[in-house]
Amino acid sequence: MTSPLIELKNIHKKFGTNHVMQGVDLSINEGEITTIIGKSGTGKSVLLKHIIGLMHQDSGKITFSGKDTGTMTHKERRAFKQRFSYMFQENALFDSMTIYDNIALPLSEKAVFPRDIIRAKVKTRMEQLDIGETASKYPAQLSGGMKKRVALARALVTEPDIVLFDEPTTGLDPLRKNGVHKMIHSYQKMFGFTAVVVSHEIPDIFTISQKVAMLDKGRIIFQGTPEEIMNCEVENIYSFIHGKGDVEFE
Amino acid sequence: MITESIRKVGSGTIDMIEGTGRFFVFLFSGIFNIFTFPFQLWKIIEHTWFMGARSMGVILLTGTFTGMVLGLQGYYTLTKFGSEGMLGSAVALTLIRELGPVLTAIMITARAGSAIAAEIGVMRISEQIDALETMDINPVRFVFSPRLVAALISFPLLTALFDAIGIFGGFITGSWLLGINAGIYIYRVADSVVMADITGGFVKSFAFAITVTTICCYRGFFTHLQTSGGFGAKGVSSSTTRAVVNSCVLILILDYIITYLLL
Repeated sequence: MTSPLIELKNIHKKFGTNHVMQGVDLSINEGEITTIIGKSGTGKSVLLKHIIGLMHQDSGKITFSGKDTGTMTHKERRAFKQRFSYMFQENALFDSMTIYDNIALPLSEKAVFPRDIIRAKVKTRMEQLDIGETASKYPAQLSGGMKKRVALARALVTEPDIVLFDEPTTGLDPLRKNGVHKMIHSYQKMFGFTAVVVSHEIPDIFTISQKVAMLDKGRIIFQGTPEEIMNCEVENIYSFIHGKGDVEFE
Repeated sequence: MITESIRKVGSGTIDMIEGTGRFFVFLFSGIFNIFTFPFQLWKIIEHTWFMGARSMGVILLTGTFTGMVLGLQGYYTLTKFGSEGMLGSAVALTLIRELGPVLTAIMITARAGSAIAAEIGVMRISEQIDALETMDINPVRFVFSPRLVAALISFPLLTALFDAIGIFGGFITGSWLLGINAGIYIYRVADSVVMADITGGFVKSFAFAITVTTICCYRGFFTHLQTSGGFGAKGVSSSTTRAVVNSCVLILILDYIITYLLL
């Protein structure tokens, strides 16, 4: 049995009067792809941002390898952050930098590696993701699919242990969506990282996931394998997975 | 009704205290990170080029005309007392002590400060600053520290340029157009300006450099928290406007305080 690498216990988060997370419990296993699904606006991205520390919970506990992230020292927190990468929904590429500089940024800003090693690492990632020709271009000069690959290259260049993907296929056509899913799957196999993916691509995303969690009304209402969720007969899960029922606009 | 008013006053006060604390933490963090390794030399050069070298045109233009108008106004005022020969002193001291540092800072705010606030504001709303945090890169160090050093280099140099070109502008009006003896004008400039005037001008320009850069970077950096101006593009526009207005007002307030302390 795989051990949980990250555990969220009874996480609560409010934005003013909006109680986005109302006791979220979730465990993420090492070396697996865990997909978080749920209606738009249920706080899936907020959940990811809590995992990486971009947002802080009002109450509850997040543990990483059993260690409470809230009690980590500055040094431990830095070491913890260095094991993560985050791929943003809108890529968050630096539009005034070239593609090469964007990908090299996490390495060049820390001066841990000499320049030739950084160049080699960036070149390798760019070749693996088939974006070698774009090095001197700027993000605005690339298509949506290419930008996703650049964002993925930047996320992978530090050889992270955990990669968080926030709706990586937003705005892509069906062919490119499949391409991104395959890309996540094959690179996860290649590099062995733990992945957490927020996605609306049901059921396509299930083909690459080992675990699925569904967020609804501020709670995780389901955690299990893709097969289990596909066969789940709980009404709101079933209707969401199979795209049935009415949508309530609040 | 009364409870609501008290609540509003209380909430406004808390916001103000929080904002002040955040501002000073931002400033001190930016200063501290100037000295952390690896030094951002290339970025400092890049920002100095943008903030300093590329502001030279506007400084030359405004400096020349400020000096020329000072020459014109000064000449007609001094003529009333029969002391038009003092024009060189009047122009030089007004520029070096007051107008040079103040107008240079306002021109840099208008040209570069607004651009800085807008650029950082866009970085904030497009999650680029969040991306830095996820990459374990200190965003304050990345966006603020090199700009602060660039401002500390650019402001005094541009102030010196403004002063020099302004004095020349006064010379154009006074000597070439209104017929004051060139030798007298230059002699009065050299005779009246002492080192304390120049030092005072530079003290002001350093203070303005820190103020303008901190306000502009801070406004852009915390665009997402200034929701009263709107979200997204409107939020960036509101942050930019606030950055420019706050900088200009603080330049004038600081100018008075520093002048008071130096005299």
